Amino acid sequence: MLCFHVCAGEIFELKAELNSDKKEKKKEAVKKVIASMTVGKDVSALFPDVVNCMQTDNLELKKLVYLYLMNYAKSQPDMAIMAVNTFVKDCEDPNPLIRALAVRTMGCIRVDKITEYLCEPLRKCLKDEDPYVRKTAAVCVAKLHDINAQLVEDQGFLDTLKDLISDSNPMVVANAVAALSEIAESHPNSNLLDLNPQSINKLLTALNECTEWGQIFILDCLANYAPRDDRESQSICERVTPRLSHANSAVVLSAVKVLMKFMEMLPKDLDYYGTLLKKLAPPLVTLLSAEPELQYVALRNINLIVQKRPEILKHEMKVFFVKYNDPIYVKLEKLDIMIRLASQANIAQVLAELKEYATEVDVDFVRKAVRAIGRCAIKVEQSAERCVSTLLDLIQTKVNYVVQEAIVVIKDIFRKYPNKYESVIATLCENLDSLDEPEARAAMIWIVGEYAERIDNADELLESFLEGFHDESTQVQLQLLTAIVKLFLKKPTETQELVQQVLSLATQDSDNPDLRDRGYIYWRLLSTDPVAAKEVVLAEKPLISEETDLIEPTLLEELICHIGTLASVYHKPPSAFVEGSRGVMHKRLPARTGSGESTESPDVGTIAGGSGTETAPSIIPSQGDLLGDLLNLDLAPPTTTGPPPPTSGMQMGGMDLLGGGLDSLMGAGFGAVPAVMPASLNAPMGGGLGDLFDLGGGVGMPLGAYIPPKTVWLPAMKAKGLEISGTFARRAGVIQMELTLTNKAMSVMTDFAIQFNRNSFGLAPAGPLQVLSPLSPNQTIEVSLPLSTVGPVMKMEPLNNLQVAVKNNIDVFYFSCQYPISMLFVEDGKMERQVFLATWKDIPNENESQFQIKDCHLNSDAASNKLQASNIFTIAKRTVEGQDMLYMSIKLSNGIWVLAELRVQTGNPNYTKSMNKSHLKLF
Amino acid sequence: MIGGLFIYNHKGEVLISRVYRDDIGRNAVDAFRVNVIHARQQVRSPVTNIARTSFFHVKRSNIWLAAVTKQNVNAAMVFEFLYKMCDVMTAYFGKISEENIKNNFVLIYELLDEILDFGYPQNSETGALKTFITQTGIKSQSKEEQSQITSQVTGQIGWRREGIKYRRNELFLDVLESVNLLMSPQGQVLSAHVSGRVVMKSYLSGMPECKFGMNDKIVIDKQGKGGATDEAGKSDLGGSGGGGGKQSIAIDDCTFHQCVRLSKFDAERSISFIPPDGECELMRYRTTKDIILPFRVIPLVREVGRTKLEVKVVIKSNFKPSLLAQKIEVRIPTPLNTSGVQVICMKGKAKYKASENAIVWKIKRMAGMKESQISAEIELLPTNDKKKWARPPISMNFEVPFAPSGLKVRYLKVFEPKLNYSDHDVIKWVRYIGRSGIYETRC
Repeated sequence: MLCFHVCAGEIFELKAELNSDKKEKKKEAVKKVIASMTVGKDVSALFPDVVNCMQTDNLELKKLVYLYLMNYAKSQPDMAIMAVNTFVKDCEDPNPLIRALAVRTMGCIRVDKITEYLCEPLRKCLKDEDPYVRKTAAVCVAKLHDINAQLVEDQGFLDTLKDLISDSNPMVVANAVAALSEIAESHPNSNLLDLNPQSINKLLTALNECTEWGQIFILDCLANYAPRDDRESQSICERVTPRLSHANSAVVLSAVKVLMKFMEMLPKDLDYYGTLLKKLAPPLVTLLSAEPELQYVALRNINLIVQKRPEILKHEMKVFFVKYNDPIYVKLEKLDIMIRLASQANIAQVLAELKEYATEVDVDFVRKAVRAIGRCAIKVEQSAERCVSTLLDLIQTKVNYVVQEAIVVIKDIFRKYPNKYESVIATLCENLDSLDEPEARAAMIWIVGEYAERIDNADELLESFLEGFHDESTQVQLQLLTAIVKLFLKKPTETQELVQQVLSLATQDSDNPDLRDRGYIYWRLLSTDPVAAKEVVLAEKPLISEETDLIEPTLLEELICHIGTLASVYHKPPSAFVEGSRGVMHKRLPARTGSGESTESPDVGTIAGGSGTETAPSIIPSQGDLLGDLLNLDLAPPTTTGPPPPTSGMQMGGMDLLGGGLDSLMGAGFGAVPAVMPASLNAPMGGGLGDLFDLGGGVGMPLGAYIPPKTVWLPAMKAKGLEISGTFARRAGVIQMELTLTNKAMSVMTDFAIQFNRNSFGLAPAGPLQVLSPLSPNQTIEVSLPLSTVGPVMKMEPLNNLQVAVKNNIDVFYFSCQYPISMLFVEDGKMERQVFLATWKDIPNENESQFQIKDCHLNSDAASNKLQASNIFTIAKRTVEGQDMLYMSIKLSNGIWVLAELRVQTGNPNYTKSMNKSHLKLF
Repeated sequence: MIGGLFIYNHKGEVLISRVYRDDIGRNAVDAFRVNVIHARQQVRSPVTNIARTSFFHVKRSNIWLAAVTKQNVNAAMVFEFLYKMCDVMTAYFGKISEENIKNNFVLIYELLDEILDFGYPQNSETGALKTFITQTGIKSQSKEEQSQITSQVTGQIGWRREGIKYRRNELFLDVLESVNLLMSPQGQVLSAHVSGRVVMKSYLSGMPECKFGMNDKIVIDKQGKGGATDEAGKSDLGGSGGGGGKQSIAIDDCTFHQCVRLSKFDAERSISFIPPDGECELMRYRTTKDIILPFRVIPLVREVGRTKLEVKVVIKSNFKPSLLAQKIEVRIPTPLNTSGVQVICMKGKAKYKASENAIVWKIKRMAGMKESQISAEIELLPTNDKKKWARPPISMNFEVPFAPSGLKVRYLKVFEPKLNYSDHDVIKWVRYIGRSGIYETRC
């Protein structure tokens, strides 16, 4: 048992030793103090005694005292002042090692009062004659900036730091670059680094001379530079390529990043372009002989590089073969890359390897290997037959998870090559009983339904699944329903009973709305028009695409700019895992020069230039990069790199949103009462919860969440005659965007498509925009677009803002609209009471905000019921002093929970609502 | 950048904790212990993200080193730094063990303060560090010494100090290669490569300018075209190669110690440098073409019924008969349900090791162009396990006195213009050792 509170006796003893006259004893005592500090004991009581030891010539003792100071100064700011004098004195010491030590330590003491005293010594040290002191001072500026950014700017340290980029000592240059890069990250638009051909030249010179770490700082900084033209880009590449032979893998990867980025600008027909491509492969392969942890980082990066430029490593398949002793994380990554590199030329080798892996021990790895065989079949058509026979061999092993995985991939192979490999169905059917995973069962049922006419006992097989229908997962239930309907349509005579059975199971005995809906659709289809049913259910399916797991191109481009960093390891943009504004800046690859992309980009100026209307919709300002982001609609990569500015913390945004919503609660629905609009700052956040209370009127509204009325999003005059109005709704757990498209132009409109920009909650169209017939002049159509919440995420301002692009045969149009946050409340937002209690306590007070809702004539129960319809669940209710307290929980589609307390005073129409918001698992 | 660095023992107790950034709290220490060290299942990734904090870890024996950050750091750099940190610690106090770390914690803090500033790695060459961080306490330095230290730490040649003197100028070159092979049961080479290192141990006075030459195909071809230059063949150090009489080898890729001038290599493919004093790994390289595979393993596995396996393995040595391979070990995996094994081998000793599920066959020495054989009968317990035995590959270990890649050192020239010793006065030694890396034959 560790004792974390040092006993009084021990402290007393240490105190005596610290004040001893003997130097050795003193030093030993300080060592003991540091040892206690390391294991987490509280030795802050010794602060004055330790500080007293600071005045010494003994460098070792001094370092120990400094270490102590760094740890405890923050908790004892007043006493820390005692140390200032010594620091200031040490900064003047003739020994450069002591000067540097003092300035280094002072920067680590994060006490405001001390930082004031730090400025003068730091200024001197930045201009010290000794490079060791200067390089330490350069990092110290970054430290000070982290504590007090304003101070650094006011004192002009940034300019001094910039001057150090031209220092004669390479290590000073490297540290200055590192410090400036870090400071620049928190000022995205400041142009602090001010990279120009001259400064780049200095950096490239320093690159040859500084330490391995310094080379990394410089290369990472270089990667942010945008060369003026392809010639400059080439000359930088030429000077960076020697780094590819460095022993330090991080130097190599950072050099690869610079080359991958600047290569974008080189014309492809240039000889040098080909040379560069050839030079990149060997160092990447060499990274695989590094230690396993680095191999992992390298493999994650190679995975990106292979997607961006498959030609680099296409002949290097063999090096990605898995070794028996590789750690599992290396094995899984290698496998991924093998599939990406698989081609007709090497497929035989790959398949032989994959077959070998499928007999290994690690279950995850084996599954992935089996899946990989399936992916090879889909990717390389010539190999499909061999893949299928390999899969059949694997099924014969009867290893349960191998069989299941094989069946799942065979289903995909059927989707890619219909009517080719159905002869294997008999073998698959033999293994029906061993399938216990939903995905495998669903795949098998799909196969049976799809090929019901060739399987004699299809009805028996499907019937056997029907017995335990209610125990199956939704996936299997849905698949079974469809399969039996297919069977019925193919063999109507024998299977009438079966189909009735499944329809009644799905529609009458199930609680699952998806299943019920599908059941009813089939039922109605079959009973009204069997021919139509056949056309719908047995329609020809589109072939599945070759590669399903490619990283989305804009994300891939961003990740290429982050090669070597954590973002490239996680395959996520930095904004997804870095808090605050740091690193949220989106990086882009530069555009190839001279490709004339400007002619292709839509004429945004005219859209934006139109006269403003007073309605809510706003047109997105003409920012080239925004357009590029929006939809890759035949646009060449944008030239500018001006990302949308980062905004304040997610949490606050979320709270405002709800607050604003509640404030305007009275806005509608209670006709008799005049709407009292509180003077809220959050006016643009309208919609929200307020509208939910609309249901209070209860007139003619079906049960379900509130749907705001349609508003005009894109007026016709701004979109060459196309008018779009719309709203959002949540129906049966699916978010839908309901659009009314009106053609107010003189010509017919066709070829509609829609795309969203990244947004706060990852909303994305779940399917294409279904405008089947051309829209003739003056015609209006209603379209409903189902949305998913799995798209890329980027924080928007306001939070619920959605930027949309709609394309038709005439042009591309952009507009933005705001969706009610209530749309994102999911059905399973009811939190367990215990969990609620615990979570409520855990949420810090800063996350709480309160709002008053005035003039709401509802009692607590009625309010609770109404809110429930919109997925705001009441967890508990208690009555205190004539007030009803309702505790409620809401879950957003991205997993954020919002907890609320609603206080209702009987007789008093004012509600107090306090919101507690936690971001338990944002990603 | 790196926000904090922790060292734990195998129980998850903190031995060293140094926090560089405000965003890393004490709770980060516990988060890593709970989620990684005490996690039940095997480590699935060396990078772990817990509550928006990223943890990078490496393990040395039973010590965990973890770097922590909340920013988008350069991941490759963090791992390189952790390895470097291990090197530095080993150079100071030997093996990284709990006891050594506890005994040297003050030193470790001092080192950390020096080599990682605000999470940015600084000069971490032990040669330079040892001039001013010592375990015996700091001697008072003169002003000249102080400025010499600082200029060395920050200078262009941060790995070597001035004023080194030896009575006898001597250098040792070790060409260490590990040859890797994956062979199919039919004897087809699935993949083979050599990863080699040139390790240099030098005891040279002053600031010697060195130039290293080997039988790199690109260089040889260039010289062949342009007429023999003055360097070729002047001071040939090679000669003890084992395989065929190859003139030059194709190097797929190589990386160098930071002392080597990379831009010069890129332009002229010449390797020039001022070496650190003592030992350093000058270069690493990789070759895949024309590798001499020192041994060939021919497996024969026959299943006799459900309860018996017959295994026969032949090994053939494939190099000059005058050379001797040493420390030969062949590892033949056996199924998990093995109940008994009988082995007969012509040479060496063979034993069934139940705990390792393998037959281990050891031969002390074996000359080139020889052949040896082992045969074993493996009795199996009947099982109802449906899954077939995965048949792991047969692996091999050995050491041979030549470079399987065919690499030869052609020269290593030393110039020290300021001191009065010439290239001829330097005593040079070269040694070639080829070891097995992952040398496997599937059966």
